Amino acid sequence: MSRISSTYQSLKQHNRTALIPFITAGDPSPQNTLEIMQALVRHGADIIELGVPFSDPMADGPVIQRANERALEQGISLSGVLDMVEQFRRSDTRTPVILMGYLNPIEIFGYEEFALRAEAAGIDGVIIVDLPPEEAAPLNRHLRDRQIDQIFLVTPTTTERRIESIAGIASGFLYYVSVKGTTGGKGADPAGIKDRLRLVRQKTDLPVAVGFGIRDAGTAARVADYCDAVVIGSALVEAIHAAVTAGDDIAAQVGSFLAPVRHTLDKAA
Amino acid sequence: MPDKLPDASGHFGIYGGRFVAETLIEPLEELTRAYRKYIDDEEFLAEFDRDLKTFVGRPSPLYHARRWGGQFTDARVYLKREDLNHTGAHKVNNTVGQALLAQRMGKTRIIAETGAGQHGVATATVAARMGLECVVYMGAEDIRRQAVNVFRMKLLGAEVVEVTSGSKTLKDAMNEAMRDWVSNVDDTFYIIGTVAGPHPYPVLVRDLQSVIGREARQQCLETTGKLPDVLVACVGGGSNAIGLFHPFLQDSSVRLIGVEAGGHGLQTGRHAAPLSDGRPGVLHGNRTYLMEDEHGQINPTHSISAGLDYPGVGPEHAWLKDSGRVEYVSANDAEAVDAFHDLTRMEGIMPALESSHALAHARKIAADMDSDAVLIINLSGRGDKDIETIATMEGITL
Repeated sequence: MSRISSTYQSLKQHNRTALIPFITAGDPSPQNTLEIMQALVRHGADIIELGVPFSDPMADGPVIQRANERALEQGISLSGVLDMVEQFRRSDTRTPVILMGYLNPIEIFGYEEFALRAEAAGIDGVIIVDLPPEEAAPLNRHLRDRQIDQIFLVTPTTTERRIESIAGIASGFLYYVSVKGTTGGKGADPAGIKDRLRLVRQKTDLPVAVGFGIRDAGTAARVADYCDAVVIGSALVEAIHAAVTAGDDIAAQVGSFLAPVRHTLDKAA
Repeated sequence: MPDKLPDASGHFGIYGGRFVAETLIEPLEELTRAYRKYIDDEEFLAEFDRDLKTFVGRPSPLYHARRWGGQFTDARVYLKREDLNHTGAHKVNNTVGQALLAQRMGKTRIIAETGAGQHGVATATVAARMGLECVVYMGAEDIRRQAVNVFRMKLLGAEVVEVTSGSKTLKDAMNEAMRDWVSNVDDTFYIIGTVAGPHPYPVLVRDLQSVIGREARQQCLETTGKLPDVLVACVGGGSNAIGLFHPFLQDSSVRLIGVEAGGHGLQTGRHAAPLSDGRPGVLHGNRTYLMEDEHGQINPTHSISAGLDYPGVGPEHAWLKDSGRVEYVSANDAEAVDAFHDLTRMEGIMPALESSHALAHARKIAADMDSDAVLIINLSGRGDKDIETIATMEGITL
């Protein structure tokens, strides 16, 4: 069983909602990424989503755009991100790591080569924002060969028929984007989410994560009842950046950001 | 063969397609349905033709540039005068058509990206005419060098949003327009200004711009009694070039040449010529030739003309390059500026710096053409917007 599936299964047995923090790899610097990943695990992350920097992050709001720019200034490449995960794996073989990013760096890397290197580095899944199922088959084949899950997005505009076909090829879990918009945008409307998630659940047995527009314990708690996992990205990236700017201890900041979310999710369960 | 392309999901061979975030899939499907429904609809086409005639001022003339051409060739050199269109460039052909689609789809808000500002002005113009809200995204760098067009858009009632992310040029404006669209899909129609982007934009914009080539073909036959020997057009995203070339793709005797922006020269890396010096990748919803580094990050581009300053190119051009049907070359900044002055002085026609790239290359290849030969250059826009750039180069403050 994959690390992602066993993580969800064990959480389910304990009736807990998974917490998936997102950070941009290499922001503020490659050296910090390992330290931040370890702090995330210490403070309650069940799965880590690692953003691969790209020059043109079309689906991201200003916070993650800036994080991408800062990481690229450090010379971070896809290969560098894989190295970071390899390093993380030396001390943590349990926490699933998912890469989230855009297609072009993978396209240039080569699909087969990427799948090979990702497996070797200990990557468990990938989310490629600009690779919808219709175009995904060539990469998907290589990922499948390497037992890496390809996680697809479902959004408020996804039709029922598409949800079915996406569920048919997705593995690991489904990622429900709770808002029409970019990352870090307006807050999600819990009532709308409830109905949509009920529909999604009718179409799949995969775990369902909710992301985009979840920024703290309060917003996480409001959707936790209807899903298996919550993803927090922009707000965390912003908190890390604030710590860097203020000269504060980054790991400590990560802890004080994540701990209350974890606490709230566990209390709700 | 080329007429069969793209396939049903928007591919030109390995190029094109639909590489976008999931939220945009359904809006793109909705647009594709509307495009398929109306592109052969008699009433829609009649209204489009009427607007092109009475609002844009079509057909645009095919002008024999005797004095300018006579300097360097015996061949007959013609200019397809898209510069005479309302708003001063070919861009308006497309915005008129897409606005009619927007109206039929019940959209009340129009967004667009712009580089030189010509597409932004053309979009603001049709939005004003139809009473639609209009927001145009423009890179901070382009706002600086195209101040007149920014003011024109504002006069037309559009909101111009300055884009300060990334390289602050056209590609970043397109990123920002996509982000707007993702956030406002219900009421918003995104008018892409070139033959790039996710399916159906490359085919939609091509079909709307093909009026250029249809007219040129007919005008050439009427004026010269034959098909042209050579067509030359500048290529940024590539909409004026596709518009001219497409109706000639089956005419194998017609040589087609696309001219990219060579900037400071291809060898310097400071240019905007992905077909000449790039490689395939995925950006802005389609697979095409891109200017990118070895890690797949998009490279900054340079061209003296803001309208060509883009790291990608329409996927059909990528296909036409690989198939060999169209030749792609480049002209650098200095050559374009030289051609700008030359045409202005010799013909009393001030070309856009974008179109000047096509003029510069035409002059290079026409020398050994004989007197029977006919060459058509797409004069895609007029140069009024570039006067400040030219003045600055000469140390003059206007």
